[in-house]
Amino acid sequence: MLALPLAWLVIVYFGSLFVLLLSAFWDTDPFTAEIVHTFTLENFQKIIETQVYRDVAWRTIQMAVFVTIADIVLAFPIAYYMARVASRRRRNLLVVAVLLPLWANYLVKAYAWRTILSEGGVINCALEPFGLSFDGYSTVGLWLVFTYLWLPFMILPVYAGLERIPASLLEASADLGGRSFTTFRRVILPLAFPAVVAGSIFTFSLTLGDYIAPGLITSEQFIGTVIYNIRGQALPTAAAYSMVPIVVVIAYLLVARKLKAFESL
Amino acid sequence: MRERMRRQAVRTGLLALVGALAIVAAGCGGDDGGSSASIEGLGSSLEEIQEKAREEGQVNVVQWPGYAQLTKEFAEATGCTVNTKDGGSSDDMISLIQTGEYDGVSASGNASVRLMATGEVAPIDPELVPNFADVQEGIKNQDYNSLDGEPYGVPHGRGPNYLMFRTADVPEETDTWGVIWEDDQLAKYKGKISIYDDSIFIADAALYLKATQPDLGIENPYMLNEEQFNAAVDLLKKQAPNVGEYWPGDAAKQIQSFTNGDSVVGTTWPYQYVQLTGADPPVAVKALKPKEGTTGWSDTWMIYSQAANPNCMYLWMNHMISPEAQAAVAEGFGEAPVNLKACDLTKNPNHCDEFHADDESWWEDVYYWTTPAEDCADDDDSTTCKTQEDWKTAWTEIRG
Repeated sequence: MLALPLAWLVIVYFGSLFVLLLSAFWDTDPFTAEIVHTFTLENFQKIIETQVYRDVAWRTIQMAVFVTIADIVLAFPIAYYMARVASRRRRNLLVVAVLLPLWANYLVKAYAWRTILSEGGVINCALEPFGLSFDGYSTVGLWLVFTYLWLPFMILPVYAGLERIPASLLEASADLGGRSFTTFRRVILPLAFPAVVAGSIFTFSLTLGDYIAPGLITSEQFIGTVIYNIRGQALPTAAAYSMVPIVVVIAYLLVARKLKAFESL
Repeated sequence: MRERMRRQAVRTGLLALVGALAIVAAGCGGDDGGSSASIEGLGSSLEEIQEKAREEGQVNVVQWPGYAQLTKEFAEATGCTVNTKDGGSSDDMISLIQTGEYDGVSASGNASVRLMATGEVAPIDPELVPNFADVQEGIKNQDYNSLDGEPYGVPHGRGPNYLMFRTADVPEETDTWGVIWEDDQLAKYKGKISIYDDSIFIADAALYLKATQPDLGIENPYMLNEEQFNAAVDLLKKQAPNVGEYWPGDAAKQIQSFTNGDSVVGTTWPYQYVQLTGADPPVAVKALKPKEGTTGWSDTWMIYSQAANPNCMYLWMNHMISPEAQAAVAEGFGEAPVNLKACDLTKNPNHCDEFHADDESWWEDVYYWTTPAEDCADDDDSTTCKTQEDWKTAWTEIRG
């Protein structure tokens, strides 16, 4: 029963990935930019040796790390409140509130943030009385936008992870003399950790691959925007460059598996 | 039992993978088709085309934002529904047409020469496009819309890339590109400069050098030798830290930033200028061709050589150079029509004068987009120029 859809998935998914991988080894005609089917490793050499590709990759990975950290810090208290403190009614309301932004179009949200971060936008309006200003169309601005965009993807797994912790464990900890902070540190945190790692898979990989928000918010380049920009003229180089996020994400997934993140998905 | 099922699933998966690779490998082999002169399924007379178009019922085109005009009227007259897909840059348009999903494209010179060279677009038979006779002779038979004397597609219109600024922030009498290139000006407008995000913008730097550093000997801003190219790239690298935004063919982004004052000066298409001054309330901006001249475009509607709806596409090309559609697009986008009969139909009776539709001397220092070529596109064998590929690589480095 499963064979047909599975076969379809494998052909479409692996097939296209394979074409992508393959085209990283082709050459292009310098005038028409048509792909020339001669084997070359030049594309990989180019992305390794050219300073700008290294800088951009490093910048993107840093961004992904900082976005993930910010999302963990923001998501954990919200998820904890939802899972362990709020009444059932309030919890349901919060789940809807977390999911609601996901129903709005991504582009609308990105453009809305352009307005918020603009020189005459809400943030600068609020800072003005204090004589401060904030350059919204910057790496920091983009960090805010990413943190906002991917926050639900962190809250939901952490919420699910926290909800799964049996209340009896917390009672046992209290019975054994654990104060609330000790219980949090030695019972809740270790049990919720795989869920946090699971959420970080989303925030990390989504940041790594996005090209729309960086293009709208900053003039800095990120992996996604570089691939988007060069794909028309230099598809093989773009394909070779797309190996960078693939490799980084695979490494990340391997670590996540070690940390048992998949069991809490 | 479960074990068996799983093994079977794995085997099916592997089989499918092998199958997929075989399909892919087969697909890689045979795409050296070259150009085909005649398009399959195209009617041989105007009547036949109209008849067949009714059966096709649709046409799918890649366009610059805002180009397709009077589509409803076109659909009513011909039975062809128009589906448009916007491209933001010439590279975009080439990738889109290469998908094979579209029947035609409004190609600028830096896309059209590449498309003709690869045979992805086909020559047209002017006899079957009645309005072709009304197109200005000076725009026909150029190297960006014909090959070996054969016309490829129909000219659409031409326009300049303007220097635009907010009059509240930049002196109104400004008439030089120096405001986005000179050190003191860059310092003044740091973080508020808006630049088109495409490697073709290197030509704008070269154009400024052509005027300010005659020693470099730049003649054509698209055909640059090593020294000229490096000078242009250096100029762009000096500009880069001061640029507030690069707009990637996404006109909405630039319109927004000029509206709220995040950008005060930059390079633009007349389209954004028309939108900004026509907004409610209008934004106080000025756009002009500076004294150094400017880059620009002369676009062509071309038909994909394996178009699925060639008859509708032929009618579409004819439609887009009709006086009515030409008038609508010339005013809507802000460009000069190529069919001067449109000049009597524009809402602003002076539109053609304002866009110098019939004034060749005005266009002398407008350099239409074209593709950089290694042979410098001249007959001199001793010269070599930077290729499109070099331009693209340099652009990534300029952006940093």
